[in-house]
This record gives sequence, C-alpha cells and structure tokens, in this order.
Amino acid sequence: MTFALLIEWLIKGFVLVLVLLGGFAYLTLYERKALARIQVRIGPNRAGPWGILQPIADAIKLIFKEELIPAKADKLLFILAPVVTLVPALVITAVVPWGSEIMMFGRVITLYIADINVGVLYIMSVASIAVYGVVLAGWSSNNKYAMMGGLRSSAQMISYEMSLGLAFISAIMLAGSMRMLDIVEAQRTLWFVLLQPVGTAIFLIATLAEVNRPPFDMPEAEQELTAGYHVEYSGMKFALLFMAEYDKMIAISAIGATLFFGGFRGPFVDTYPWLGPIYMLLKLVILLFGMIWVRATFPRIRYDRLMAFGWKVMLPLSLAIVFITAAGILLAEQVNPLLIWTVPALSLLAGVFTIAMIDRELRRKEYARA
Amino acid sequence: MIPLAYYLAISAILFTLGALGVLIRRNPLIIFMSVELMLNAANLAFVAFARAYDVLAGQIFVFFVIAVAAAEVAVGLALIVVIFRTKHSIDVDLMNSLKG
Amino acid sequence: MDLTLILFIVLAVVAILTALGMLASRSAIYAALFLVLNFATVAIFYLMLGAPFIAMAQVTVYAGAIMVLFLFVIMLLGAEKLPKGEVLPWQRPLAIGLAAVLLAEAGYLLFQRLHITAGLANPGAEVNAPEAIQAMALSLFNQYLLPFEVTSVLLLVAMVGVIVLTKKEKGES
Repeated sequence: MTFALLIEWLIKGFVLVLVLLGGFAYLTLYERKALARIQVRIGPNRAGPWGILQPIADAIKLIFKEELIPAKADKLLFILAPVVTLVPALVITAVVPWGSEIMMFGRVITLYIADINVGVLYIMSVASIAVYGVVLAGWSSNNKYAMMGGLRSSAQMISYEMSLGLAFISAIMLAGSMRMLDIVEAQRTLWFVLLQPVGTAIFLIATLAEVNRPPFDMPEAEQELTAGYHVEYSGMKFALLFMAEYDKMIAISAIGATLFFGGFRGPFVDTYPWLGPIYMLLKLVILLFGMIWVRATFPRIRYDRLMAFGWKVMLPLSLAIVFITAAGILLAEQVNPLLIWTVPALSLLAGVFTIAMIDRELRRKEYARA
Repeated sequence: MIPLAYYLAISAILFTLGALGVLIRRNPLIIFMSVELMLNAANLAFVAFARAYDVLAGQIFVFFVIAVAAAEVAVGLALIVVIFRTKHSIDVDLMNSLKG
Repeated sequence: MDLTLILFIVLAVVAILTALGMLASRSAIYAALFLVLNFATVAIFYLMLGAPFIAMAQVTVYAGAIMVLFLFVIMLLGAEKLPKGEVLPWQRPLAIGLAAVLLAEAGYLLFQRLHITAGLANPGAEVNAPEAIQAMALSLFNQYLLPFEVTSVLLLVAMVGVIVLTKKEKGES
C-alpha cells in the first residue's frame, strides 16, 4: 500500500461522508417541498430563494436548543445511542459503487471505496446491526413510550430483514455474484427490476419497514407513542437520530438502485465514466421521491397487521420469489436462454395471487372486526 | 505472520471465560450468553485451523455452528420467557422444582 | 514488530476485556452489549484469517439477530437486574479455581506438549476473489448438502417449538 493510495482512500471516504451529510440536509428540504406540493401547499420558502437555506436554519435552531437528559436515564447509553444509530447508516454505503474508474490527477481513481466479494452480505450485516441504536435509545430513556417504540422497532426490523435478505438473494442469483460491481455489470443489458419485478417490490416495501418510514413508522407513531424511541431526545442528539433516519433512506435507495435499477449504468457511461455518479444521483432522487410519495399517500398500518403482513405475506412471497428465480435461471441455462422470462412471468403471477388473497382476507367480516 | 498457537490461546481464554460465566452467574440470560461465548471460542479455533491447513471444511463447520446457535437461542429464550411467566422471576436458584 | 501482530494483540485484549466485562456486569443489558463487542472482534479475527463470508455471517447472525433477540427478551421481561445474594457461598471461588485449572491445562497442551508451530500468513487478494466464495458454495451444496438440509429442518423445528412453547392456551389470560 502506497502513501498516495492511503490519501486517495481518505479523500474518497471523506467525500462520501460529506455527500451523505449534505444529502441529509437537502433531503429534508426535498421531502418538505414534495410533501407540500402533494398537499397543495407551498412548503418552506422563507430562508433564501425557494427556501434553499432552510436546512441551515434548521441546523442552527437544533444546535442552540437545550439538551435534556432524563434524571433516571442510563446516561452512557443515552448519549451513545444516537451515534450507534448513525454510524451503520454511513458505513453501509462503503460498498456501493458510484461509477467504474476515472482518470484524475494522472491516477486511475475508482469510484467506490471497498470492492469486496461479499458486498451484499456486508450490506445485510450492517443493516442488521442498525437496530441497536433504536433499541438502546428506547431502553436508555427510561420512559415507557420510548421503550415500547424500541421494542416495536426491534421486532419489526428483525421481521422484515428476512424478506429483505431474500429479495437480495434474488438479485444475487440473477447476477451470479455477491460483488456489487458484478451485479451492476450483469445489468448491462437488462435491469433486474424487469427480470424480477416482484423481488424489487418486496425490496422496496421491506426497506420502508427497515428505515421506519411511513406507513411502517410504528416505532415513532406520534399519536400512540408520542414519538417512540426518540421522545426524550432534544437538540443535537435528536438531530443525530433524525440524520440517521434520512441517511438510511439515502443509503437504502443507493443499494436499491445498484441491485435492481442498473446502478451507475446508463447510456454512454462506458465512454464517459464520470456520467456514473450523475446517473446514480438521478436514480436516487427518483427512488427517494417514491418513499416521500408513499409517506404522503398511505396511512400508518396497525402494529399487529404490520407483523402479520411481514410474516404471513412478505416472507412466503419472497421465498416463492427465490424459488421461481432459481428455477427460471436453471431453465434458461439448461434449455433455452429465452426461458429466463419465466422468472418475471411467474413472479408476477405469484404477486397477483398474493394481492388477491389479501383482498379476500380483508373482505371477510371477521377480520374487519378483529 | 501470526502463529496459530496465538489464535488457539485466545480461543482457549474465551472458552474458559464462557465456562466461568456459566458457573458463577445466576441470571439464565447471562448463562446463555456465556454458552454463546463458548461456541464462538470454538468457532475461532475452527477458522484458525482452516486457515492453517488450507481447507474449507473448517469454515463450513462454523457456518453450521452459527445456524445451530440461532435455532438454540430461539428455543432457549422461549423457555426463559415461559419460566418467567410461571415463576415471575428468572433466577436459576428458584428453579428447584420439577413441576411448575 | 509487524502491523498485523499489533492489530492481533489489540483485538485480543479487547476480546478478553469484553468477555470479562460480560461476566462482571450487574446489568444484563450491559452484559449483552459487551458480548456484541466481543462478537465484533471475533468477526475481525475471521477477516484476518481470510474468512470474509464467515465474518459477515457472524455479524449478521450473532450481532444482528441473536443478540437483538437477547436484548428484546431482557427488555420484555424487565430482567436486567437480579437481587443480590448467594445461595451457595462456595460456588464462586470453586468456579474460579476450576476455570484456572482449565486454562492452565489448555496452556500446557498448547505451548508445552503439542508444539503447534504453524504460522498463519496474512490473507492475500485471493481471499477477496469471487472464486473464493464460489468454492465455499460448491463445497456447501455438494459435499455438505445433507448437513445443510438437516440444518434447515432443525431451524424449522426450532421455529415450531418456539411457537408452541410461547403460545398462550385458549382461555388463559
């Protein structure tokens, strides 16, 4: 390892963290603007032209707020919890490629930080430790509402992790590799969202639950838990928890774009590698809009139904998806490459069947009363 | 270059601490965690041997150990929850009757 | 002294301290968190031993699933602390003595009798090649297919068992 390489890594890591932190600030503005437009309002427009200085105003307000630590709280964990929440959200993006390689300052610079052969597994493992921050924040506050929020979120995140992992597996099988660059390369001709539409849908729904976004924001349901695990937090500690939530959104959208929407690939990206990050950013903005749109549209679902949905609908469906994907790949390899299209056909069939079954279940009167 | 013996020594120390935990703690949850620590120590020895002799079997064995540990924890924690429901405490010293 | 050895020693110290912390902490929550740190250091050991797949599985399953379940149960039961007091006063010294004997035995075997002299070279780029994972998968799904399937049955049985154990019977509050 040479000194120049070390410097290059440091700069890349620093830039990535800066992008995530700056992205968080402007994602809040983006969300508020988009929500306002959907609700026929104007949204923030006071600080700077079109409100573009609003995030800075928010930050200044949060910095000057008084920080309270509840008297009976576990102080160490109370202070540590926001940090533990934020760190996984930042480090998970280390394996996401933003492009192939570009020439800069006479060196070949790769537009990704880590290129590891277990990339997808790394994402799974970091996503699975993200739950600690929420649980510890809930427990250390010594407040029953915070505790309920923490418990709910841990149960919810563990439950939806299964479906998330199985959705990952469908992408891994289609690419034949767990390395992120190989997965992007495998989507050169065809995005996996076309080959595995239901897998993509499962991924998108499960990630909503993983990052506690509406309609799965039970851990922080304002009406029943008064804000859940972060009820006791204020000032910068609250800002950290908030930042973690939005950085998780960015990270998970980047992962989704890489696994199912062709990653940094787009027209002319082979000749002009610097287009990679731009395509990636575009895909991110579109996927993030999807999340905001869902928040504006759907009411929060009840907790028992959320768990029932995770275990009784998402898990069997994602198992079926894995099976269908494997069978389709085997058929394509052994019989005729065109048979790969059985994968989207059969998975759509499975998806439609699932929706029909949910519809039937919801129409039954007993369920409506329960 | 790290001698294999160092990894085995760490593994032995962790295993001993796990065994000690099983013996001196009365909270079944911590006893259970100590069992997990012992499993981990054994796993570490497996992976170190796999590296030393350049065979994959060691790593695959660890994979199975991790899967079995997951099943074991699920059943064990369910037992602890059931005991708590009947006794309203989980102190192991109070579990002295055969019929709850 | 080379860099790997320094890293090893630091990790070893962290691993032992976190294990001791788990044994000594009064609160079950802190014990669980110490154990999570211990598992994380063991995962780094796996990386140093050239087993990235096992390292990631370790973090996902142990830190991500098993310990979260532990925390969940601790919080659910409110059992983070037990009242003080010993039923068997001689239990603790006896246990520490037995542990010391076990450790001395292991040390004697390792450094006096067995003469394990193999050195472990630092893993190179071959560990990070996709072929390394493929080799593992091929071995798992050919040579060890039966154990793999049996494990899946075991997990299913565990799942059914847990549901039966914790399900409240009808009429029971």
